[in-house]
Amino acid sequence: MELTTERQHELERLCRQFRRDVLTAIHKAQSGHPGGSLSVCEILTLLYQHRMNIPSPEDPNRDRLVLCKGHAAPMLYRNLEELGILPKGSMDGLRQFGSPLQGHPAIHTPGVDMPSGPLGIGLAAAQGMAIGLRLNQSPARVYAVLGDGELDEGAVWEAAASAPKYRLDNLCAVVDYNKVQLDGTTEEIMPLRDLEAKWTAFGWHTVRVDGHDLRALNKAFDAAEATKGKPTVIIADTIKGKGVSFMEGQAGWHGKAIDPDSYAQAMAELEEVQV
Amino acid sequence: MSKAIRDIYGETLVELGAENENIVVLDADLSGSTRSKMFGQKYPDRFFNMGIAESDMVSCAAGLASVGKIPFVNTFTVFLTTLGLIATRAQVCYGELNVKLAGAYCGMSDALDGATHHATEDIAVMRSLPNMQVIVPSDPASCRWAVRYAAAHQGPVYLRLSRETYPDLYPAGTTFQPGEGKIVRPGTDCTVFAIGIMVHKALEAAELLAPQGISLEVVDLVSVKPIDRALILESAARTGAVVCAEEHQIYGGAGSAVAEVLAWGGVGAPTEFVGIQDTFTETGKYASLLTAYGLDAPAVVQAVQRAVARK
Repeated sequence: MELTTERQHELERLCRQFRRDVLTAIHKAQSGHPGGSLSVCEILTLLYQHRMNIPSPEDPNRDRLVLCKGHAAPMLYRNLEELGILPKGSMDGLRQFGSPLQGHPAIHTPGVDMPSGPLGIGLAAAQGMAIGLRLNQSPARVYAVLGDGELDEGAVWEAAASAPKYRLDNLCAVVDYNKVQLDGTTEEIMPLRDLEAKWTAFGWHTVRVDGHDLRALNKAFDAAEATKGKPTVIIADTIKGKGVSFMEGQAGWHGKAIDPDSYAQAMAELEEVQV
Repeated sequence: MSKAIRDIYGETLVELGAENENIVVLDADLSGSTRSKMFGQKYPDRFFNMGIAESDMVSCAAGLASVGKIPFVNTFTVFLTTLGLIATRAQVCYGELNVKLAGAYCGMSDALDGATHHATEDIAVMRSLPNMQVIVPSDPASCRWAVRYAAAHQGPVYLRLSRETYPDLYPAGTTFQPGEGKIVRPGTDCTVFAIGIMVHKALEAAELLAPQGISLEVVDLVSVKPIDRALILESAARTGAVVCAEEHQIYGGAGSAVAEVLAWGGVGAPTEFVGIQDTFTETGKYASLLTAYGLDAPAVVQAVQRAVARK
């Protein structure tokens, strides 16, 4: 799918805006997950704002996305708001009682295709969607966005084994490989070793890209669509907390409320890069 | 010759497959045992053997349901309700997805495989989940209805099936409803609220008690969730003594559900619980296990005598 330079710049501007809005919502809620929301920004934004076909959130032939790493919900919500699936101003209700914007994605939230939050089980559900859509002879594609800490869960590898068995070329997994989980780096907590080799051994078409480079990501999704007879996994090298210097690569910002000083500094940094 | 509950289930699933092309079936490498293989042989394109991966299977079913399919998920009861639980809770139930969970070998029906394969806490687990319905067939007719009901109902349903053969209780054409129990034998002195195999044991107990001058009412709950509150309260108030009988731990299962209704309704009948008494079970022949763990007709008789004595 073509990504013109002009469109790329628009998406880059949107990403900056989304980062600001997501941090603002998390700051307002005094609860949430800044680090993993920032690292997955380009992945979700490119998919929702450029690639996915969602004529309406009820359209049976819409593309689906399972945010397996459900704690990055704010970045999902901000994308859905941009599409008009969630009303403007929805982000103000993040993590508030009675709001459709639950702490982790709920099925009742417009645009959410599968509840998520408990790690490890999203990919298998995305696989079920892909099987069902194929039975329905639908052209829709299914995306599953996983965290890297999530790969500690054994259930991920159950689905990693079964999706290639069913030759699901309408399924594309993305690993937001930011190398940091809640308690520390993935290397410290549970080494992931050779991720590309692992997924390839399970029967996946494996692509590795810079997960903050929209053009590289777009090419990777093109490669996924062109791959027949097997699912594709895009291992996207990202930076936890990307865009805010003091959050980058810091496990401490995985799931932490943002204090006023840090918030002001983050906003200033995200302002500076705006051209 | 009677057929085992699992065979009735397998046959009914095949019938449904012909009637509704949205029915899909998943198994975790036990399709020969659960009888889902019967569907798989007839409709290979709608049958998915997920390997020994229960979590993957239930999540996959959640995804299938989200795009309009009606998945029936099959494996041994104990594995489905433990290894499949996170997906059942967080995706199927929280997502209100149209997934049907069929636990093939309830209670001690996988007798010789021992405690690891006995499912004695599954009702406690499944009935605690919001949006989940729990149905327990007690004979071929109620099993056929249960499978058809699960397919027709929009939302999660848990079917508690058995490896065993249950005698006929209901004539063909009997109508059932979720949340509706059946008085299978009217009586005046005590009510047994039973499920599954224990309905039959309670009926045997009623025959043994009749010569003693104790008139036993036997209620087949069939539907544990929703549960027939009106029938429970009416029958318990009328007979004044209650025995709950289930092939399950006494904590958290159908007996607990009945006790909740009695407490809620303010009906204070003395209540006894026939079930597995907070212990792990052993390997053995099915009939001898039922006797060993107090799940036979004499055990029901004793419980009724205790309840009646406490009136």
